Amino acid sequence: MARWEFRIRRGKKRKRDVADHSTNAMQSGDPNRRDFLLLATGAAGVVAAGGVAWPLISQMSPDASTIAAGAPVEVDLAPIGEGKAITLKWRGKPIFVRHRTAKEIEDARKDDSAALPDKQADAARVRAFEGKAQDKWIVVYGNCTHLGCVPVGFSGEYNGWYCPCHGSHYDNSGRIRKGPAPRNLDIPEFAFLSASKIRIG
Amino acid sequence: MGEHHSTYVPNTGIERWIDARLPIVRLMHDSAVSYPVPRNLNYFWTFGGILMFMLVSQIITGIVLVMHYTPHVDYAFSSVEHIMRDVNYGWLMRYAHANGASMFFIAVYIHIFRGMYYGSYKAPRELLWILGVVIFLLMMATAFMGYVLPWGQMSFWGATVITNLFSAIPVVGEAIVTWLWGGYSVDNPTLNRFFSLHYLLPFMIFGVVILHVWALHHVGQNNPSGVEVKNYKKDTVPFTPFATVKDAFALVCFLMVFAWFVFFHPNFLGHADNYIPADPLKTPAHIVPEWYFLPFYGILRAIPDKLGGVVAMFASIAILAFLPWLDTSKVKSGAYRPAFKIFFWVFVLVAILLGYTGSQPTDQAVLTLGGRTILDMVGFAQILTVMYFAYFVVVLPLLGLFEKPKPLPASIADSVLASGHAH
Repeated sequence: MARWEFRIRRGKKRKRDVADHSTNAMQSGDPNRRDFLLLATGAAGVVAAGGVAWPLISQMSPDASTIAAGAPVEVDLAPIGEGKAITLKWRGKPIFVRHRTAKEIEDARKDDSAALPDKQADAARVRAFEGKAQDKWIVVYGNCTHLGCVPVGFSGEYNGWYCPCHGSHYDNSGRIRKGPAPRNLDIPEFAFLSASKIRIG
Repeated sequence: MGEHHSTYVPNTGIERWIDARLPIVRLMHDSAVSYPVPRNLNYFWTFGGILMFMLVSQIITGIVLVMHYTPHVDYAFSSVEHIMRDVNYGWLMRYAHANGASMFFIAVYIHIFRGMYYGSYKAPRELLWILGVVIFLLMMATAFMGYVLPWGQMSFWGATVITNLFSAIPVVGEAIVTWLWGGYSVDNPTLNRFFSLHYLLPFMIFGVVILHVWALHHVGQNNPSGVEVKNYKKDTVPFTPFATVKDAFALVCFLMVFAWFVFFHPNFLGHADNYIPADPLKTPAHIVPEWYFLPFYGILRAIPDKLGGVVAMFASIAILAFLPWLDTSKVKSGAYRPAFKIFFWVFVLVAILLGYTGSQPTDQAVLTLGGRTILDMVGFAQILTVMYFAYFVVVLPLLGLFEKPKPLPASIADSVLASGHAH
């Protein structure tokens, strides 16, 4: 039963005459023209409100220029010596590119069997070039997966990264080992163009 | 207290003409002149007026600052320095606005603790209290976005950390964060929208303040005895001159503290790192929010789980809204509740200590034994967080059932006359 009918039926006596007609129609289960109009108008109103709300919400999403500025970039790895790392900026975020030593790779692989909060093998965190795993190169987003601070390289209890904001420790593979961060450091989409060149994005 | 009868008498022809068309002078007279206030209000009741002043002060200094500020990542930082160095009295406007935010929060915390001590949230003032919690939330959002605008290191990383709180939401979290940022990271679109909202929210606060005052004037003020007004003649005095003068005096004292900060220690409550321009590639070694967020930040860091921490932090604020139903005692004023009094002051101490833990590095030792850390800052914050929530969900519900309150005075007038001899 429509709400306005309730109001009319419960209303003062002098309104009774007006109400009787539609009330009887409702009680007999026969929807009349007014009910149809009410429902149709209501439905159209909801659609219209949604249509107006969507542009107002959508305008806050990344705009075309922001998306365009986030196009893929190529990075030359040759200048990064073994045991060194660089930080580059892509899409407003830092990206760590780390050239691991043989010992670091070995350490990371050994830890595959350790108690990892976000279990992932070191091999799954590196990319291949022409079928050969480029496991000396670790490429990760430089934002802690806790609340987005930039962890400090070559520090922490696992000689990977340490986030000073809330104390998350990552290993040299970028895997979370200790602290409040829920995930390993995210790996951006990237591919090797040659043994010493990558494209990010 | 209920609605009181209007005593406004328009004396001149103009007043009568206006009163017949828009009784706005009558409204002001009834709410700020003849409005009856309990005759036993102490100075803790002056903070509502002080808060009203601070809101207006923030809006005025804010509007002035906007005339010289540029909301763009390339210019924001230097435009703030431009305000400080080039604009006539720009330094004064900015220091008054930045320290004004702190003074606003000092006043609101005293106002909230006053309400908690004297049971001002109890029937029939539940909605009045909840509107206050809404104002508090809006204040926090406004202050946070305002702190981002100078685009210093703390601005940028504060914005990053706080917006990332939403990434803890399962499934849609990351999408929400991208939407909040308007990009892949905190950047120019984020700065622009924060600027827009920082300008909007104070006016929304103003709107809720009107509802807050409306609710207050409908149910009447609580008072230190917690006993409701029974006899207007005996228990109340007119707002003007009594409350007006008392409020004005308290405001002047408050403004002296405000001026002391603005003129002598304008950066004491701020953070030096915010004088370094924002750098998305480098997080300051030790990021902390402004002092007024520290207790909640302490709770966030106390929980080792990301989602858990975020939920606990928001819950620590939201739980205030449920106070009217968590406190089971029939007695409003803490002055007549011997056990409550102790728990209340412990709660105040817990809140302050939580703020302390929030200001310190997480791995700092609190207790050491033979060179070994047996309690670090996170552990300490965990104990305090349990105590914080226990006050609401254990202490207040049980205390009302077991505590034996002291006898209440028969009326406000009686309580005044009883203590009057001591003065």
